[in-house]
Amino acid sequence: MNGRIINGRIMGISGPTVSVELPGLKLYERVTVGHARMMGEVVRLERGRSIVQVYESTRGLSVGEPAVATGTQLTVRLGPGLLGQMFDGLQRPLESLYAEHGPFLQAGRESSRSWNARSLHFVPTKKAGGSIKIGEAIGYVEEGPIRHHLLADQAGVIDAIREGELDPQSPVVSLSDGRQIFAFHDWPVRLPRPYRRKLTHFEPLVTGQRSIDFLFPLARGGNAIFPGGFGTGKTILEQTIAKFAQADIVVYVGCGERGNEMAEMLDDFTHLADPWTKRPLMSRTIVAVNTSNMPVAAREASIYTAVTMAEYYRDLGYNVLLLADSLSRWAEALREISSALEEMPGEEGYPTYLSSRIAGFFARAGAVETLDGRTGSLTMILSISPPGGDFTEPVTQACLRTTGSFFMLDTDLAHRRHFPAINWFQSFSLYERDVSAYFEERVSQEWSTLRQQTRAFLQQEASLREVVEIVGTEGLQDADRLLMKTTEEIRRKFLMQNAYTEDAFSSPQETLERIRQILKRHTAASERLEKGELLDNILKERA
Amino acid sequence: MRLGKHTYSTILSVQGPLLFLDRVIEARMSEVVRITFPDGHEAEGEVLKIEGDVVLIQVIGESRGLDADHTQVAFTDAIKQAPLSLAVLNRAFDGSFRPIDGRPMFIPDRWAPVSGLPLNPVARLRPEDLIETGVSAIDGLNTLVKGQKLPIFSCAGLPSREIAAGILEHARAGTTDASGGGGGSVVVFVALGLTYHEHAFYQQALERMRGDSVAFINLASDPVVERLLAPRFGLTVAEHLAFEHGRDVLVLVTDMTNYCDALREVSAAREELPGRRGYPGYMYSDLASLYERAGRIKGTPGSVTLLPIVTMPEDDITHPIPDLTGYITEGQIVLSRELHQRGIFPPVDVLPSLSRLMQRGIGAGRTRDDHRAIANALYMHYATGRDLRRLEAIVGREGMSDADKKMLDFADAFEHEIVHQGTVRRAIGETLDASRGLLERFGLLTP
Repeated sequence: MNGRIINGRIMGISGPTVSVELPGLKLYERVTVGHARMMGEVVRLERGRSIVQVYESTRGLSVGEPAVATGTQLTVRLGPGLLGQMFDGLQRPLESLYAEHGPFLQAGRESSRSWNARSLHFVPTKKAGGSIKIGEAIGYVEEGPIRHHLLADQAGVIDAIREGELDPQSPVVSLSDGRQIFAFHDWPVRLPRPYRRKLTHFEPLVTGQRSIDFLFPLARGGNAIFPGGFGTGKTILEQTIAKFAQADIVVYVGCGERGNEMAEMLDDFTHLADPWTKRPLMSRTIVAVNTSNMPVAAREASIYTAVTMAEYYRDLGYNVLLLADSLSRWAEALREISSALEEMPGEEGYPTYLSSRIAGFFARAGAVETLDGRTGSLTMILSISPPGGDFTEPVTQACLRTTGSFFMLDTDLAHRRHFPAINWFQSFSLYERDVSAYFEERVSQEWSTLRQQTRAFLQQEASLREVVEIVGTEGLQDADRLLMKTTEEIRRKFLMQNAYTEDAFSSPQETLERIRQILKRHTAASERLEKGELLDNILKERA
Repeated sequence: MRLGKHTYSTILSVQGPLLFLDRVIEARMSEVVRITFPDGHEAEGEVLKIEGDVVLIQVIGESRGLDADHTQVAFTDAIKQAPLSLAVLNRAFDGSFRPIDGRPMFIPDRWAPVSGLPLNPVARLRPEDLIETGVSAIDGLNTLVKGQKLPIFSCAGLPSREIAAGILEHARAGTTDASGGGGGSVVVFVALGLTYHEHAFYQQALERMRGDSVAFINLASDPVVERLLAPRFGLTVAEHLAFEHGRDVLVLVTDMTNYCDALREVSAAREELPGRRGYPGYMYSDLASLYERAGRIKGTPGSVTLLPIVTMPEDDITHPIPDLTGYITEGQIVLSRELHQRGIFPPVDVLPSLSRLMQRGIGAGRTRDDHRAIANALYMHYATGRDLRRLEAIVGREGMSDADKKMLDFADAFEHEIVHQGTVRRAIGETLDASRGLLERFGLLTP
């Protein structure tokens, strides 16, 4: 582009990075390297030599092969038709790659068809001769659960507007002064998309998970992390939220995780329905996958690819949920590249800019007023895989400084098959106060009171457990034994939620009703206890 | 493509298995080189890094005897490939794919790069067909399915090889014996850094096995770098047998701890920044490049199932090797020293063990409709029993309620009757019947 195509050559290769001799490069410019024309991005500039991180395996690449500057940054293509698609970390459509090149991913292979090649019917809402303002809708495309409005990125008087199949190459609108409006455009992934302002009022993002919605509620436009050792159910929780959360659009990034899990998820998502709209789940979902054995530099880029697509739908006025599994794998990719660049390492070998990159990424979440005055939100839920389940490691700690909620997944709970294994003492949500009013208004006035009571009971149980460790249950007073019974019920029937049954989703009303019943039974039982009835009799009746 | 053979004797330095070569023209990343020692014998090497005309080469094999003046390095212009053919069946090779069974090398149909290619996630077929291992603690509670990667976390001194040998002998894909898409199952056995004693043990197990097998044997005395190569040969062969010949391939790798130590050794020689416990920062990606090769492909009958054995250093599950393994694999089978000392075989501790792909592999039409209920009940009550053991240690059995005593007895009975089975094979039906019987005896199964 810009007529500035310069050829250079490869000087050296080290892991996922390549040094090239190519004058006039800019930082973060896209470069293709090798005869296979593999994509890469400039990460360091030196006089006479630039370092490029390559999004493909560098095996077999030779010194002296060509390097070509493209004049553009790493971008993604935005426009109607993204929903329901599966991409790799660089927005290459996986279905098309599979159809054209077979089951294995080969370096430098591109799909001849772009993801937006499928047929999308455009219906104009403006007529030729009319005038349009920036941000105004010019027409729409029906896309899965949403009516995807195309917004004008330029103002003027319409000369021609074309109804029918969208064509990526030709404009939908020609303005009277010769300028054109296209349905698709490219956006650099590392550049946050602009908005007018961030909003400060919060609505909850209902996840359908009782322990989250009730104890640690999440706000639209907020972010949440959940760290947990292996086997604590991070992926299952992440996928369960992707299935049931009250969001218009879900963007799911499988970042450095298991291939079989992605296969499972894709299988589930094509067969399940969105509980809120009853439409197929996949029709509201965009998946970006970079499994652990796919090139490591593309893993680094994958979360940016995903967040840019998410921001695009936010700008159309939707509530978007971005889920990433897992941010640790992204950080490790960053570390691998940093180490190939021979940068000075910070804690545990991670580059010193780890926490500022994380903070910059988190800042792309938010509820916003868009440039044309709509309200949209982008919420992030990110899993973290701390080595050895040790939360003092740099990635968890860097995230804790920025995140709005923290769901700590507990290995102990997981070993007891208590899922979701969210520890109710260590976890927190800074949005609790912001969204309580909403739940009190829409669900029940008792919401906050019952939550307080539940918390107090769980706290008391913890102290009682210490006593039981020493004297046994028999040594407890009846009132305390009753409380232990109640908290066991809270844990088993309220906090635990089986992701494989109908119980996987619980509406706020159901959530409240369930805890209310448990606490009501407790009150009734303690009243009888006070009147002198035997605890064993009361419990027998309850069972 | 290069026309002539490039040969250099411009060695800058030799450090352990690494060799720096100067003034090389157009080297290729991961290119295979042939090194001719001053005494005339040859070894292979691989290009690890290129900086201008200086090339870093990893010598595969022994680097003793290299010198800076007479050693010659020839560049082959090709990356490391594995020979593929059905003739590989029932043969044994070393870590460089040289036959060690006294028979001549076979003639390959074709060659494929040992590093393999990542499988497109949308081409993956969801794993959901049972592999019956004959071990109750696995089949009943942590079911293995085709295309899964399920490591065995062992501790030094625990009978992991007896368990592995048992699985080699008893494992069957599908619920019946006669199954398997195209020609039944194959075991690819990869031994890394094994002592001769261990090797002899596995050798006998492979001989007792009825089906086909392929063995790649790297003994403790063999070159360290071959430990990095052997599993890649094994997996390349496995992918070929599975996806081109429709076989269900079970790849058993022992011991991944030796693999990771070899990785650390090479990384340290390269003077890379060490990560946790000195292991390189890219160990996760490196392990993933092996483990992720397990799987099934849509429209293809075969499967690659991976059973790596990991010996946890210091019995510590948070050590980087088991930790990173657990993050990549779909669950883990954890062996317990305590159970072993109480004479239970196999000493599988079911509480920290897990099979992530179990849900779809069991139940009506796959195993039995009551499988899930039985597994959940066993797990829950055993966990309660184990909790109570701690209490028992403090207050003594006399201080406990009858209900608690019952759970203690249940936990003991579970360990002795279900987990413990000796070397006898138990079919899945037998496992479920025994489990059901146990639960009913304690009145713990709600119909």
